[in-house]
Amino acid sequence: MNTIPDHNYFTSPTGLKSWLLTKDHKRIGLMYLMAISLFFLVGGALAMVMRLELFSPGSQLMSADTYNRMFTLHGAIMIFLFIIPSIPAALGNFVLPLQLGAIDVAFPRLNLASWYIYVVGALFALGAIVAGGIDTGWTFYTPYSVQTEGAVVMMVMAAFILGFSSIFTGLNFIATVHKMRAPGMTWFKMPLFVWGIYATAIIQVLATPVLAITLLLLAVERGAGIGIFDPKMGGDPVLFQHFFWFYSHPAVYIMILPGMAIISELMATFTRKRVFGYRAVAYSSLAIALLSFIVWGHHMFTSGQSELAAMIFSFLTFSVAIPSAVKVFNWMATMYRGSISFDTPMLYALAFLFLFTIGGLTGLFLGTLAVDLHLHDTYFIVAHFHYTMMGGTVIAFLGGLHYWWPKIWGRMYSEKWARIAWALIFIGFNATFIPQFIMGSQGMPRRYFNYIDQYQPMHAFSSIGAFILGSGFLVMLIYLWRSVKHGPIAGSNPWGASTFEWTHASSPPDLHNFAQQPVCEHEAYPYDKVIFKSTNPYDAEEVNS
Amino acid sequence: MHTPTANTGHEERPEFLQHHFATVEQQRETSKLGLWIFLVTEVLFFGGLFCFYAIYRSWYPEMFHEAHKMLDVNLGALNTVVLITSSLTMALAIRSMQVGNKMWTQINLATTLALAGTFLVVKFIEYSHKFHDGLEWGKFFTNTQIDGTNPHIFFSVYFTMTGLHGIHVIAGMIAIGWMMYRTSKNHFSADYYTPIEMTGLYWHLVDLIWIFLFPLLYLVG
Repeated sequence: MNTIPDHNYFTSPTGLKSWLLTKDHKRIGLMYLMAISLFFLVGGALAMVMRLELFSPGSQLMSADTYNRMFTLHGAIMIFLFIIPSIPAALGNFVLPLQLGAIDVAFPRLNLASWYIYVVGALFALGAIVAGGIDTGWTFYTPYSVQTEGAVVMMVMAAFILGFSSIFTGLNFIATVHKMRAPGMTWFKMPLFVWGIYATAIIQVLATPVLAITLLLLAVERGAGIGIFDPKMGGDPVLFQHFFWFYSHPAVYIMILPGMAIISELMATFTRKRVFGYRAVAYSSLAIALLSFIVWGHHMFTSGQSELAAMIFSFLTFSVAIPSAVKVFNWMATMYRGSISFDTPMLYALAFLFLFTIGGLTGLFLGTLAVDLHLHDTYFIVAHFHYTMMGGTVIAFLGGLHYWWPKIWGRMYSEKWARIAWALIFIGFNATFIPQFIMGSQGMPRRYFNYIDQYQPMHAFSSIGAFILGSGFLVMLIYLWRSVKHGPIAGSNPWGASTFEWTHASSPPDLHNFAQQPVCEHEAYPYDKVIFKSTNPYDAEEVNS
Repeated sequence: MHTPTANTGHEERPEFLQHHFATVEQQRETSKLGLWIFLVTEVLFFGGLFCFYAIYRSWYPEMFHEAHKMLDVNLGALNTVVLITSSLTMALAIRSMQVGNKMWTQINLATTLALAGTFLVVKFIEYSHKFHDGLEWGKFFTNTQIDGTNPHIFFSVYFTMTGLHGIHVIAGMIAIGWMMYRTSKNHFSADYYTPIEMTGLYWHLVDLIWIFLFPLLYLVG
């Protein structure tokens, strides 16, 4: 019979102050999880209202100006306050030291500071909303962002501050991976989740400072009129786009790489196999990190770059498909002849394979110069990045959340309701965004408040899809909430998985993670050599009945 | 290698060793790595500005040449000497603590602080002259003596680069002051001086950025 250990990171010590001043990576991870979930709900609610507005042409609920503010907020909140910190700062914080066999991250105080910096950034973002919101889109393109009314400087400062939170998390994780590994854990014995988070951290550290300087210059341009983005004064607005995408393209890999990292873990655990091509999967994370820095120009095919530059960027963009495909094919090969169990996390992993592949392949359409001229700034691109960011990252995040949920709380969620929610999300997501691919290819521009009647049926279809998607998240919220107090006790290793957080730590883990320092004897997924016993309460039910 | 680290009260652990590290060596190595990564982010942060500089200089080479004549090379050179000297005293401060000499650590840190202050005073004098002559950034630029297109761009670049560098000087001064406080509280010894070393690394980077700024802005053409 499973029990919750008397001493775990919830019980020692207790009280609000012990949380607000904690240096424990698990508590900080959980605090991040709460914060990002809150903003996911806010960003999601904005999306629902927008889809309601777009159900029919013309004004339904709001004015065009309000709509502009809503899509800007939806984008800015989802990117800066949710996706970027979602997997690394929330799940990564909780899991990474455990997987490495470490007591904590390298710099626990910096870790806590990064959470507070995140909160300050979030307050700035809320301040920008109260002060009138902004209507520039999350990309803050000049010259419009310099001219428009609204709280642009405040929102830009919010993103600037949140960037530092992201830098500190990345810095912490790089140092942790280098210096805090358990005895015997060489680089190629590390779980692939660690590899993915490590590659992400490199991008966070190298790209985010460039965003910081760009946003700072935008704020100075707006506040003090230095004129460097203003063509009237001899400046160049396209330069802003270059600088912005020099960060923001790598940033999409800050978002997707951790998702891929989770999928590798799920594939190994739920097929009971070593990840096929472990080294190739590990190296492909680094390859993606590297390539991410040299493809930014594909956001500006229509902004007036030279033809040569556009051709080079197009070619480089295609090359990103190689490491991505290496991962996808290796995951498929992992499943081949594995003993697959279709628990909820694995369902998300399978959904990821399906959705991310669509997202990735449509990216190739957009990387093709001639096709991009037609598809640029249409709903096609909206659908494309939602398939990668939501179908990829968010789905992987949900897979990881369900996978580590019993480790975080010591209790299982309702498997039945989890499957229902999964189905609603999977169906709802596709119903929302497949019509947007079609509309986009027919010319429906993105960010438009109104549209011609021709698009009405597909907009309505997309809106209904969005409501199904939203209902899936509501179901999830309820069963996860319930499971925290009432779920069956999970035991230390409900999935029979092989990495340290399952084999050497209780659920929930002790404040100091491990009773003894774990020693790494095998590679990360030695399912062919060692039998890992499952403590899953649902398995016991099946045996008894 | 690593031993079980938590709850090992019977083991000899120096006070400055944090609970999640196994050895002093591991702690020092980790801190250094962390700071080097931070310096990389600083280089990229300023890298953006250097990139701006490169683009606008290649667009307006003649104007950059004309506009830079308005800067005071002597004061710039003086500041370069001041900062390089401060890097020396910073290095000496670390050396002093390595041999456990608290008094000389304090003297060297105080000298570094004073030199940093001198740098800012000289910078303030330069800025006042520029403001007086209407050599301000972007839309506040009123000077009419410079021959060339868009001379205000040069001063936008000048003020953002030196201004941001100045903010880093102030941050460095706060860090040095903090190190003086901690030295006076006997936090450091010949066995443990990592924070002073970290402050030194940061200070050298601030110095290094100036060493690039000086020729790029004051010695054009």
